[in-house]
Amino acid sequence: MHTITLREGADLDGFRRAVRRLAAARTAPEAVLWSVGAPSLFGDEAPALENGPPVFLPQAVGQLIETVVCHGDPERYALLYRLVWRVLNGERALLDQHADPLVHRLERLDKAVRRDIHKMHAFLRFRALPALDGGERYIAWFEPDHHIVEAVAPFFVERFESMVWTILTPKGSLHWDRHRLMTGPPAERPDSLTDDRFAEGWLRYYESTFNPARVNPTAMRAEMPRKYWANMPETAAIPAMVRSAPARVQAMLEAEAAIPRRRMPEKAVAAMAKQAPDSLAELNRLIQRSEPLVPGATQAVLGEGPEGAAIAIVGEQPGDQEDREGRPFVGPAGQLLTAALEEAGVDRGGLYLTNAVKHFKFVQRGKRRIHQSPTSGEVKHYRWWLMTELGFVRPRLVVALGATAALALSGRPVSVLRERGPMAFDGRNGDGRNGDGWNGFVTVHPSYLLRLPGDEERRRAQAEFVADLRRAAALA
Amino acid sequence: MDDALIEKLGILADAAKYDASCASSGAKPRSGGKEGLGSTTGAGICHAYTPDGRCVSLLKILLTNHCLFDCVYCINRRSSNVRRARFTVAEVVELTLGFYKRNCIEGLFLSSGIIRSPDHTMEQMMLVARTLRRDHGFAGYIHLKTIPEASPWLIEQAGLWADRLSINLELPTDHSLKAFAPEKNGGTIKAVMGQVNERIVEAKEERRRFSPAGQSTQLIVGADDATDRSVLETSGTLYQRYGLRRVYYSAFSPIPEASSVLPVKPPPLQRENRLYQADWLLRYYGFTVEEIASGGEGGMLDLGIDPKLAWALKNRERFPVDVNRADREMLLRVPGLGARAVDKILSARRHTRLRMEDLGRLSSGLRRARPFLIAADYHPVGGLTDRLDLRQRLVTPSSQLSLF
Ligand code: SF4
Repeated sequence: MHTITLREGADLDGFRRAVRRLAAARTAPEAVLWSVGAPSLFGDEAPALENGPPVFLPQAVGQLIETVVCHGDPERYALLYRLVWRVLNGERALLDQHADPLVHRLERLDKAVRRDIHKMHAFLRFRALPALDGGERYIAWFEPDHHIVEAVAPFFVERFESMVWTILTPKGSLHWDRHRLMTGPPAERPDSLTDDRFAEGWLRYYESTFNPARVNPTAMRAEMPRKYWANMPETAAIPAMVRSAPARVQAMLEAEAAIPRRRMPEKAVAAMAKQAPDSLAELNRLIQRSEPLVPGATQAVLGEGPEGAAIAIVGEQPGDQEDREGRPFVGPAGQLLTAALEEAGVDRGGLYLTNAVKHFKFVQRGKRRIHQSPTSGEVKHYRWWLMTELGFVRPRLVVALGATAALALSGRPVSVLRERGPMAFDGRNGDGRNGDGWNGFVTVHPSYLLRLPGDEERRRAQAEFVADLRRAAALA
Repeated sequence: MDDALIEKLGILADAAKYDASCASSGAKPRSGGKEGLGSTTGAGICHAYTPDGRCVSLLKILLTNHCLFDCVYCINRRSSNVRRARFTVAEVVELTLGFYKRNCIEGLFLSSGIIRSPDHTMEQMMLVARTLRRDHGFAGYIHLKTIPEASPWLIEQAGLWADRLSINLELPTDHSLKAFAPEKNGGTIKAVMGQVNERIVEAKEERRRFSPAGQSTQLIVGADDATDRSVLETSGTLYQRYGLRRVYYSAFSPIPEASSVLPVKPPPLQRENRLYQADWLLRYYGFTVEEIASGGEGGMLDLGIDPKLAWALKNRERFPVDVNRADREMLLRVPGLGARAVDKILSARRHTRLRMEDLGRLSSGLRRARPFLIAADYHPVGGLTDRLDLRQRLVTPSSQLSLF
């Protein structure tokens, strides 16, 4: 008979070493006596067993072991070793056999531990204490059923990484100082867990969120058994809440239906009708306050030009230089546009210039900010702003530069080279109200011209662009 | 936290409690790290239960219970005489962080009465979420109830910060919406659902963050004369057409300051339970609305037994089902067998022919399933499913059970 003594608590390492040694010696489960005795979880290490070679187990078995060693059942190691033995002796898929009595029993232990962990995640309450550095320190007391203190630590570290906290339990304790996790010995319930006003507020919240017309304490106790109540400040209110519930409901039912005090639907209707911004300046303030709907962007780039301009020109989105200066069409493409307008005999100052998307979208590569085209979803996000903006400007003609602008204005993908020329834009307001629509015109974006490879080709394309601008000006 | 704030908290939590949505599930796992606060685990955690058996997972409050509107079923409607209060954005942020740090909640569920204008209200709610996320690195769960009458740009801004957006339909038919919420418009509500759904789908394709835990809605049951069938038809459409994650059913509950248009007696709470069970069959068990409704009478579900059992009793010729041979679809239709038990059966029967004793270890609902099953060592004698008293034999104790 082999006797194996493991540490008190969840001795995963000890169990692993024992399994290696037993498996190497091909020791059958019947020949092993498991006992738990060495000092507690966080005390001295038990004398190291001599090691055997690693044992390869299916992942699911490893996971089950990790959980079940936390259980308080003194038989857990014997059961686990029987499982390991059978898996190593040909029953690789043993865990799939949920009807097998051993598997079934282990699954129940596994479930109990998981439930305990879950309840500790849920029902543990921190109290705040002033800390030496002027900040706050948080402390909690909890009594788990099983040896789960180490198992719950990652959850609390991840969730409350920026806080300093201590968790005390009769099975061990945890302390987190924002950098390091320290484990400590079992603790006694601290007798002075003072509550601050947040605890008082929480109690009021808890009482107020209860609906007396649905009282069902049985269902409550099934999920939140009594044994947890001692550590949850809010549960102090339960008896009174349950006791007063019938009377509260009776009072509601007996009360006469309320006589309407004031009914002024006009107010509600007016509030709905009059909520969109009522001037271009107000819309622009709104755009500036809003978060970019594309990644990147240091600021929103607003449209520029006189309200009532005969022509509005809509580009894709601000580029690097526009983003820095906060003005549209000031980068290389903008300069090209200015030159082309001049050549077409159109005064840039009389136009309204804006973009379909109001923010620069880019990825950072070293020092360079590389422009990224907006996706169709992002274009749709900005549509409400663009349509509202054009609604204030009321141009006679809207010129879309490039595919993105054409998509934003028409609501469908447009092939610019094939469809360039006049086009009706539906002008639907982003809020679903039907506007009048716009006389539109589609042409290329000047940045397309910048990217053309040959001089000859570029010259021809630029001439076509100027011709488009001239045609558009004639239509307006 | 001073007395005045505690007082407001009382009023604005009380006003929010009639909303059934409380879940904090569905968000991608993440955490706030060294500088921020909090995490989401994907599954959501109930931090407490109140004596009505419902869980407390989120700080569920209204920004304000002042309201310009006059929806009959709502305690906050402008013609009601309740006490009014109003939080500032900063106060909601302070409460959320304070309770979160004490491990009382998973995050915030924020709703509001409509003040000044729908846009103004929605903007305040969005600002709460933005402040929490941007200024405090808050990584907990945020659920915002959108104001359907607000401008689309605001709802899009809200979706940048929230884990979930919900838009409460409240009443299942356009007809009752007209009668009970005279200034509201079913079309507008559904248009917003459509917009939000479209944005969620796009964002997913483009790997952006927009209401990553989807959208949900609530239907009030028993305030109007809508049948369970029409409630479920509405849900079916919402799941299919708008990709909703959840439809919550809230049995109309007597409210103080009730309007005289409302029924005096609340509907049995059991009706809500049956609807949740039916909803479950709709989403995970391959049932159609038609099939579920056929288990009851006159468009109403049977209050005495769950809808799956009701369907089975009306379709006895499909039973008993051989657990060692039947396909998944049919096993899922056996009363008492849940999806998890069915999956265990399917995996276990690859290794062995299942006997009753095995099934007892695979399912906790065997007592109810028994008459509908064939196992290796068991065949219901004399066609047990034909016995007239089957319903009585199955219902007596289980009718006490409640879903919550
Ligand atoms: S708009 Fe909302 S808060 Fe206002 S009365 Fe209607 S349901 Fe209640």
